[in-house]
Amino acid sequence: MRVALFLTCVNDTLYPETGRAVVKLLTRLGVDVDFPMGQTCCGQAHYNTGYRHEAEPLARHFSDVFGEYEAIVTPSGSCGAMVRELYPRMGERARAEGRSDTLARTLAPVVPKTYELTEFLVDVLGVTDVGAYYPHTVTYHPTCHGLRSLGLGDRPRRLLQAVKGLELRELPGADECCGFGGTFAVKNSDVSAAMGADKVRNAASTGADALCAADNSCLMHIGGTMARLRTEMRPVHIAEILASTEEEPLT
Amino acid sequence: MSGTFVGMPAFPKAAHEAVYNQTLRGNLRHATHTIRAKRAKAVAEVSDWAELREAGKQIKDHTLRHLDRYLVQLEESVTAAGGIVHWAADADEANRIVTDLVKMTGETEVVKVKSMATQEIGLNEALEAEGIHAYETDLAELIVQLGKDRPSHILVPAIHRNRGEIREIFAREMSEWGRPAPEGLTDTPAELAEAARLHLREKFLRAKVGISGANFMVADTGTMVVVESEGNGRMCLTLPETLISVVGIEKIVPTWQDLEVFLQTLPRSSTAERMNPYTSMWTGTTDGDGPSTFHLVLLDNGRTDTLADEVGRQALRCIRCSACLNVCPVYERAGGHAYGSVYPGPIGAILSPQLRGTASEIDASLPYASSLCGACYEVCPVAIDIPEVLVHLRERVVEGGAVTRDGNKVVLKPAKGHAAERAAMRAARWAFKHPGALRTGQRLASRSRRFHPRSLPGPGAAWSATRDLPTVPSEPFRDWWQRTHGGKDTGK
Repeated sequence: MRVALFLTCVNDTLYPETGRAVVKLLTRLGVDVDFPMGQTCCGQAHYNTGYRHEAEPLARHFSDVFGEYEAIVTPSGSCGAMVRELYPRMGERARAEGRSDTLARTLAPVVPKTYELTEFLVDVLGVTDVGAYYPHTVTYHPTCHGLRSLGLGDRPRRLLQAVKGLELRELPGADECCGFGGTFAVKNSDVSAAMGADKVRNAASTGADALCAADNSCLMHIGGTMARLRTEMRPVHIAEILASTEEEPLT
Repeated sequence: MSGTFVGMPAFPKAAHEAVYNQTLRGNLRHATHTIRAKRAKAVAEVSDWAELREAGKQIKDHTLRHLDRYLVQLEESVTAAGGIVHWAADADEANRIVTDLVKMTGETEVVKVKSMATQEIGLNEALEAEGIHAYETDLAELIVQLGKDRPSHILVPAIHRNRGEIREIFAREMSEWGRPAPEGLTDTPAELAEAARLHLREKFLRAKVGISGANFMVADTGTMVVVESEGNGRMCLTLPETLISVVGIEKIVPTWQDLEVFLQTLPRSSTAERMNPYTSMWTGTTDGDGPSTFHLVLLDNGRTDTLADEVGRQALRCIRCSACLNVCPVYERAGGHAYGSVYPGPIGAILSPQLRGTASEIDASLPYASSLCGACYEVCPVAIDIPEVLVHLRERVVEGGAVTRDGNKVVLKPAKGHAAERAAMRAARWAFKHPGALRTGQRLASRSRRFHPRSLPGPGAAWSATRDLPTVPSEPFRDWWQRTHGGKDTGK
């Protein structure tokens, strides 16, 4: 199976270690993973800020770059939701605006074969124990688009529970948004920061070493808040925990 | 819509004060978390909740699609049952109709059932201007009225107040409006309720005119339905000689059978009750039983314009349960007043900019008052995809385009104040269409990383005021991939 890593522009630019972790993890599980160099951005920030027409060329570009792969895997719940939930909607809107169904037809092939990482592991590869080792206490924050748009359910938690050495602690108010919300973090920074501080407080109350999530955008906000509040806890992407082994532990 | 909220600052500015008000934050956190947990429990015990939600959505969509037909049917049914139907295109017309009707009775006092529609049009202020005193009789609305305050929640208008504040308002203000609060009033719920009961009983027994809204109107029988928990509404609906109901045109259901769905979903979604405590229904007038004169004022006030929008019209399904407010993390922290409308929270953020348009500062900012977390859509008993409508309205703000206002198609210009953002979005789109440009930018960021500031200028300062910036890595992923896996840089 030819699998493409859709890393996302945020991870590519700011969190390359997450990308390296996905490559290491998938390779260990026998997947032939490729990183198409033409990939850029799915257009989520444009779309959600009200610039749907600016997002359309980016969606078409995504389709050009990833169209020929059998599966597209992304370590981001919100970018995964952009492709799976919002690309079809963009196509429908274009059709409703009388701009023919070209966009809908162009985007249709990539929609069903785009998977968020934990979905790909559990649903496609059929594994929950990926042979990982991470001797730390962890609390898990389900990010909103992974939780509600993609319906990731208990997949991430099942994967974490199978990690050797890992102790999973319940996060109070886990389903509540961390307050990132893309441009919301800047446009409504007071509310965003208050939500972030509450999330960090809840996370700290677990006494865990790390807060894990499956989306680095939310972790950038939560981690930035943790650092500012001098919380003795670190944000960590689930891919990095799952890639960590006894031979090559995550440092 | 009412002039009460004109001149409200944009949402972020209004929210700023609320976020740092610790009493308010505490009141809201306690109240929303309590009702949130109760609702979840009340909904979880219904095995066919998903089907009820879908049925509610379909009944509303069907009714809205044929609203022209059902409105005429309703008018015929109400008239046949002895009621008198009036049509109001906007707030001014509705206020004029109601004021004239009250004046015709010669009365200068009216008692009111809690009603969103009359608040939307600013009826109390319009009546006051004509020398008519309107007394709110819902306990929370009473607290708001006595406190010269504004409601901050659809269902629990005084949610921003705690018991101590309520005791203070009762002790200070009740004597100005009628029967004073008992001496030595404490803040126990029983004493506060008794003070309100004594104060209101006087009003109920004296009033000759009652004013209400309605939760539902049944088209084929002309029956009005008011759903409430206190019984104060029933007093207003049954004791006065004249009853005037102001109801938004979207409140119609075709038949009684359709009520079976909403009378299950509304109580569980709003107060987490299995069955609503006081459900009052009346059909026109009945000799010797209840008001002898009944007027129905059908209110448009932006609803037909909203109905014209294919994406936005789903907001008209709303049954005002307020589940979306109780679950919203933004509402919990910003409070209801920041939304600058009688409709706060997620539903208000999509309703107000449609009913009022996006011309004012507050209305143009409401579509952004959300992190798009989707909790509102998840709990909505009529499946309004609030995040979808929020994004749609953001598009209307930044791009402008064709909308319907006062029944006419007009083309909106893009809102001012978004020019820099628009330019940035275009530039980003260009860079993302050219992977080579993106890669150059990434490399530049990586190579200059030692010189990156710890805080950002301009709009970015809103980020770095409370959050550390991520450290830019020594190389972007794509350079690592190319180095280690020899990926061909096709630049596609």
